[in-house]
Amino acid sequence: MSATDLQLTASGRLRHFLDIEGLSRELLTEILDTAESFTSVTDRSIKKVPILRGKTVANLFFEASTRTRSTFELAAQRLSADILTLDINTSATVKGESLLDTLRNLEAMQIDMFVIRHRDSGSAHFFAQHVGPGVSVLNAGDGQHAHPTQAMLDLFTIRRYKQDFTRLRVAIVGDILHSRVARSQIHALNILLTGEVRVIAPPTLLPKEAESLGVRVYHDLDEGLRDVDVVIMLRLQKERMTGALLPSESEYYRLYGLTTERLKRARPDAIVMHPGPANRGIEIESAVMDGPQSVILNQVTYGIAVRMAVMSMIASQPPEAP
Amino acid sequence: MKIRIQGGRVIDPASGLDRVADVFIDNQLITAIGEAPDGFIAEQTIDASGLLVLPGLVDIQCRLREPGQTRKATIASETRAARAGGVTSLCMPPDTTPVIDNSAVIELIHHSNLKAGNLCHLYPIGALTKSLQGEQLSNMAMLRDTGCVALSNAFAGFCNTLVQRRAMEYAAGLGMLVVIQPRDLSLYANGCAHEGELATRLGLPPVPEAAETAALAKDIELVAQTGARTHFGQLSCARSVDMIRQAKRDGLPVSCDVAMHQLFLVDRDIEDFDSNKLTLPPLRSMRDRDALREGVADGSIDCICSDHQPQDQDSKLAPFPSASPGISALETLLPLGFRLIDEGVLELPQLVDRLSSAPARIFGLPAGRLAPGEIADVLLVETGGMTVCDPAQFLSAGKNSPFAGWDFSARVRLSLLAGKPSA
Repeated sequence: MSATDLQLTASGRLRHFLDIEGLSRELLTEILDTAESFTSVTDRSIKKVPILRGKTVANLFFEASTRTRSTFELAAQRLSADILTLDINTSATVKGESLLDTLRNLEAMQIDMFVIRHRDSGSAHFFAQHVGPGVSVLNAGDGQHAHPTQAMLDLFTIRRYKQDFTRLRVAIVGDILHSRVARSQIHALNILLTGEVRVIAPPTLLPKEAESLGVRVYHDLDEGLRDVDVVIMLRLQKERMTGALLPSESEYYRLYGLTTERLKRARPDAIVMHPGPANRGIEIESAVMDGPQSVILNQVTYGIAVRMAVMSMIASQPPEAP
Repeated sequence: MKIRIQGGRVIDPASGLDRVADVFIDNQLITAIGEAPDGFIAEQTIDASGLLVLPGLVDIQCRLREPGQTRKATIASETRAARAGGVTSLCMPPDTTPVIDNSAVIELIHHSNLKAGNLCHLYPIGALTKSLQGEQLSNMAMLRDTGCVALSNAFAGFCNTLVQRRAMEYAAGLGMLVVIQPRDLSLYANGCAHEGELATRLGLPPVPEAAETAALAKDIELVAQTGARTHFGQLSCARSVDMIRQAKRDGLPVSCDVAMHQLFLVDRDIEDFDSNKLTLPPLRSMRDRDALREGVADGSIDCICSDHQPQDQDSKLAPFPSASPGISALETLLPLGFRLIDEGVLELPQLVDRLSSAPARIFGLPAGRLAPGEIADVLLVETGGMTVCDPAQFLSAGKNSPFAGWDFSARVRLSLLAGKPSA
């Protein structure tokens, strides 16, 4: 069963949230609109609505995370859910059996919704195939495959600053090869008919046949940034140096670091985004990160509303007939 | 026992035989085809009218999981599966636990086979290096003399190219066949899917084409250097087929095979993250699949193997990159082969050659022929009609097949091993 079939109910509503790919423009727009309605909740002094009252959400993180985990936690709390957060040591090899056993044990505690991050691509799909009826899985990042709520909060941020996607040029800069965020962003941007999606990276940090994702490929940052409306910087992990993918951090910064000077190639009203955590001085200059064009902290704030939106849309599904 | 197999269409690719004829078997051997030998009185007559009469299949890459991993499968379970699938001779790679690098392990294998009822001829492939560690040469002459039909380092690499060269040289001196799965382990890294559009989309760790072709280029150069008769196993790339074609044109003593599933499945089939489709080498592109089919048709690829790897359920019950690779393939080998005929890839005699005669010839096994004086490993195959593949019904302990639900038109009606019919 494809991820699309698995995450939708027979009537095309969200049952799980595993992947952006295969979702319709209408559904993505609905998520953004619902998130919009929740921003008023998060701005209120009493930041709670009772949508998930009596439900239990389990945060299951097999990989480290700060902001995704905590914004999912806050989102669940603001929807009045009970929340259980488990950090599972990643250094021990987690075998299939124990993975499923972990899941089954938690299911026995009558969890309604699992938020899962795991290092294997396809793991969210795997969990969704094995949970019982009425239990939902939200993908908080599976390997290098997908990170759909991150992509949705990025789109939400873009929509807040730029109205019409069809007129936009968006550039994603950095380690596309290992990035689940980039993959989900590219799908989401294309589903919303974004004018042009560019990826900018050295060949060693690009997957083969990257164009097939629906992007234009640039190896040169200056060229790729020309006239873009949105610049999304990706985090560069230090282990890329030891894996012989790059010579050094300084050479990377020289070629792909976003500086005030370089940002001038983009449109004057371009916004700068980063899914975090950012490495100052490696992929992005501090002056840019803290500068007027940066919307990086807004992304974090919007992350709560977007995750509330997805959780509430899933929870609003009537239990399926067996 | 004297047996007459009556009225079937008899195929023997080596002699070009393809006609309706009777086959006469006396004790373990075929004594005549066509006219009964003088004074032959059959104790049993088998009616084969409407059936194909073929030499038993010879599978040169088949893991039985014994010794070492009997929770996955045993010689008893897998030889039963083999016979059900029409395989009468099979070669076991040396990466059992313990490794096939000494006579005790070989005796253990033959003992288990005997205890299981001797349903198949089992031919161990010995380790090229001790414990497959890629450092020290194994006792190759001892392995040859205790019945190993070839030598291989299986999926384990060599610690350096010099050891590989020496191993091939030494094996050549003994006249032994060397079997190599061309793999550059550093290019493989932790990959699990063909490097291409699909792996890019799903974010699966990729296995580049060069993980096979770079190794194959080096291996072919070492064949030229050492003269070792070398068989390349489970090729997956279009470029590999071209390289083998060229090596054969250059007169090098090389042969090769492809696993049956590579002729049907491609990377796009893993879109659903189905761990039953996790194989190594990975399922490649449609272009590669087509080139492999062409190679099998023109004979550049000499044989088709099952690459049988039975897995228990737990080994497959994991997210795609963490699942164990391999397909339980013994019971789909023959029906998939007949699909190649249905799809216009091969003629029947070619199929029989690739699945039986050619592998027997390359590995020097007494099999793969239907002719007077040959051992009577005979298959009666029924074609036409449809059965739907249901892995739950496999005799193999491994139910891990991506072919569930496929329509098959051919099935084994009966097989004889050295003149003895299956129960």
